[in-house]
Amino acid sequence: MKRFLIAGVAAGLVLGLAGCGEQSQVTVYKQGQYQGKPDKQPWDNAQFKNDRAAWDNAIKARSSGQDEYPRVAGK
Amino acid sequence: MARMKFLCDAERCIECNGCVTACKQEHEVPWGVNRRRVVTLNDGLPGEKSISVACMHCSDAPCMAVCPVDCFYKTSEGVVLHDKDLCIGCGYCFYACPFGAPQFPQDGAFGLRGKMDKCTFCAGGPEADNSAAEFKKYGRNRLAEGKLPACAEMCSTKALLGGDGDVVADIYRNRVLKRGKGAEVWGWGTAYGKPEKGAAPPAGAKS
Repeated sequence: MKRFLIAGVAAGLVLGLAGCGEQSQVTVYKQGQYQGKPDKQPWDNAQFKNDRAAWDNAIKARSSGQDEYPRVAGK
Repeated sequence: MARMKFLCDAERCIECNGCVTACKQEHEVPWGVNRRRVVTLNDGLPGEKSISVACMHCSDAPCMAVCPVDCFYKTSEGVVLHDKDLCIGCGYCFYACPFGAPQFPQDGAFGLRGKMDKCTFCAGGPEADNSAAEFKKYGRNRLAEGKLPACAEMCSTKALLGGDGDVVADIYRNRVLKRGKGAEVWGWGTAYGKPEKGAAPPAGAKS
């Protein structure tokens, strides 16, 4: 009888402790606001070292490079 | 501040699907998902026109407005992105989008819809830049490498332009003003030779 009592108390303790570690799995959504993970800026990396001007220049050079008129001599 | 935009010049697009292929290859997009596609009007008839269509990264994006779990966000460069960890694959964004940009991969049996996938302007998503997790979920992050989307950079005729909206608009405006038509078309003389002075135009020549 005593053995069953100890086993019951131990099982109750284990279940109780497991309940303490349980996290809510229900997401509460707020209307109209992004709910996901934050994203970094494209210049915040090892290549651009958080230098926005350098990134802007790189993108501008690429964007302007799509225009073939200035590449033709005399234009 | 840059506002990233695509612009497709219907006068130049030759329906080669190079942009579609570039996108597929760059991001290893699965079968059945087309982040970009070429739409042709009056296909096979004289005067047919083609344009390359993908997410247009709308300034007031309807997909963002209808998403029930608010998984969309807009970067400071105006690129519309989403968090796949939150997406429930409901398909509301597909109905809201006027361009048919959101795509849903088949996930499991019975045609079950997976999480939404769309053009990211080659800007990845909310994972560490150019990490394995980002590539798996969203594809490559070229913007963080200082590069433009692969589709625009691969376009052989430069029909598809991508980048800062002001720069792209300037390129297009300059092009429209200079390109001419018929034998005056820009590059015609380089490709086919200039007519000799005083020579009569050959029969059937373009005006």
